[in-house]
Amino acid sequence: MTRELKRKTEGSVALSLSTLAALSGLFWLVFILGDVFVHGVKALNLSLFINDPVPAGAEGGGLRNAFVGQLMITLCATLIGVPTGVLGGTFLAEYARGRKIARIISVLSDIMVSVPSIVIGTFIYAILVKPVGHFNGWAGAIALSIIMIPVVLRTTENMLSLVPWTLREAAFALGAPYYKVIIQVVYRGAATGILTGILLSIARVAGETAPLLFTSFNNSFFSWDMKQPVASLTVTIFQYAMGPYDNWHAQAWAASFMITIFILVLTIIGKLIIRWRYR
Amino acid sequence: MEVPVVAGAVEIEVKDLNFYYSESTHALKKISFPVYKNAVTALIGPSGCGKTTLLRCFNRMHDLYPKNRYEGEILFQGENVLSKGTDLINLRSRIGMVFQKPTPFPMSIFDNIAYGLKLKGVTKRVDLSEKVEKALVHSALWDEVKDKLNASAYDLSGGQQQRLVIARALAVNPEVLLFDEPTSALDPISTAKIEELAATLKKEITIIIVTHNMQQAARISDCTGFLMLGELIEFGRTDKIFTAPSEKLTEEYVTGRFG
Repeated sequence: MTRELKRKTEGSVALSLSTLAALSGLFWLVFILGDVFVHGVKALNLSLFINDPVPAGAEGGGLRNAFVGQLMITLCATLIGVPTGVLGGTFLAEYARGRKIARIISVLSDIMVSVPSIVIGTFIYAILVKPVGHFNGWAGAIALSIIMIPVVLRTTENMLSLVPWTLREAAFALGAPYYKVIIQVVYRGAATGILTGILLSIARVAGETAPLLFTSFNNSFFSWDMKQPVASLTVTIFQYAMGPYDNWHAQAWAASFMITIFILVLTIIGKLIIRWRYR
Repeated sequence: MEVPVVAGAVEIEVKDLNFYYSESTHALKKISFPVYKNAVTALIGPSGCGKTTLLRCFNRMHDLYPKNRYEGEILFQGENVLSKGTDLINLRSRIGMVFQKPTPFPMSIFDNIAYGLKLKGVTKRVDLSEKVEKALVHSALWDEVKDKLNASAYDLSGGQQQRLVIARALAVNPEVLLFDEPTSALDPISTAKIEELAATLKKEITIIIVTHNMQQAARISDCTGFLMLGELIEFGRTDKIFTAPSEKLTEEYVTGRFG
């Protein structure tokens, strides 16, 4: 075999293998999304959004409680997680820049990102559910915010580090104190990047089931009370998909479809912001 | 060292200035020279000679980084700016700085200029508008931007951005302006505009400029200091430095033998 032929063969083998790997990944993705789409759209109806669940086995009803509960929990998680993450990232990128403590926190938060979410769920169960005596919405929101914080923190840190140092110096040279430099100049420079990170972190937690299973659990009734168990789409999907009733299965598909769309939209907005900023 | 004769009073007196980056790097060695009021003082020298380091001592920019240490005195109107009690915020509004690369803030043209004013406590829209316009006229940018004050500062060309940054520094009425190679990232036409600007501005303020470009120093400055390896080799009237320097090293540098 000539050297040229050998190189060509190696090239085409590598190309075929990587194409095959990409295709098989894509196949499952399209399969899953397609299945959710087909079953989900079929099960969509108005009743799903305006009615609460009916007793098990009965026909009809909806998942209004789960939609509202999901939004409440996600919103509260965002309200806790985003400020904490942004401020923490600011500390790392600005005040602790180059110090050992910043390195340590960065590494720890990278580890936090990959901690299985069920571990966070059981942890919150131990400190916020067990002592209280019952499942509650706040525990769910806090569990989700703990998943959010390291994501937002690292994104903020990275985005702030991308703002050229000379921009800060220019603001200092005008006599600005550091906190004003950060709020008025650095945050503006990094705004789109941080916003994207926040959106992606919301998308990340909106699909979590395990941490909610141990914290906010589920509630078949409509409730605004975060101190009580709160329904969520993800836990409802888990429960309904396991249940024996056909209309539960249909509603689980519809809920899966809605949550997928929600995450998809958030992700797309996030990517669009990136593209719009760095075009 | 012979004291050069330039009309006007001494605005800043540098006395036996030593500067250290961390313990080990002695970046400026026993530097002394006067900066004359309403004159342009140029600092020249090969890369790494310490001219930017020296410039950044005047507004204490080195304080932003830990372990930097000054020794000696920089007397600005008689007061030592290196003393511990110096109010840096006040100092930096009196001694402005323009950097090598344009540094517009990520906000509108108007807000860029208004930034320093707001820091100084100007809040009324009318006052801001008036002062922003004055600063832009001053930096010869007004005609180019008067119709788009709310546009992003990033929409301007590099040369315009640099004049915007100068306007931003001028808006707070500084007494001294420090230029750190302000034209090294600009095209010849923009460079000429900035040089003209420096010539006009010195009627009101004192300018210290670091430049790599010897022709530029010769064109716009009244006094020139030549630095090498952290030492001030020679300081004097610009015409003398460029035509009849007393030091051999200066002569070799200005005639382009090294650098």
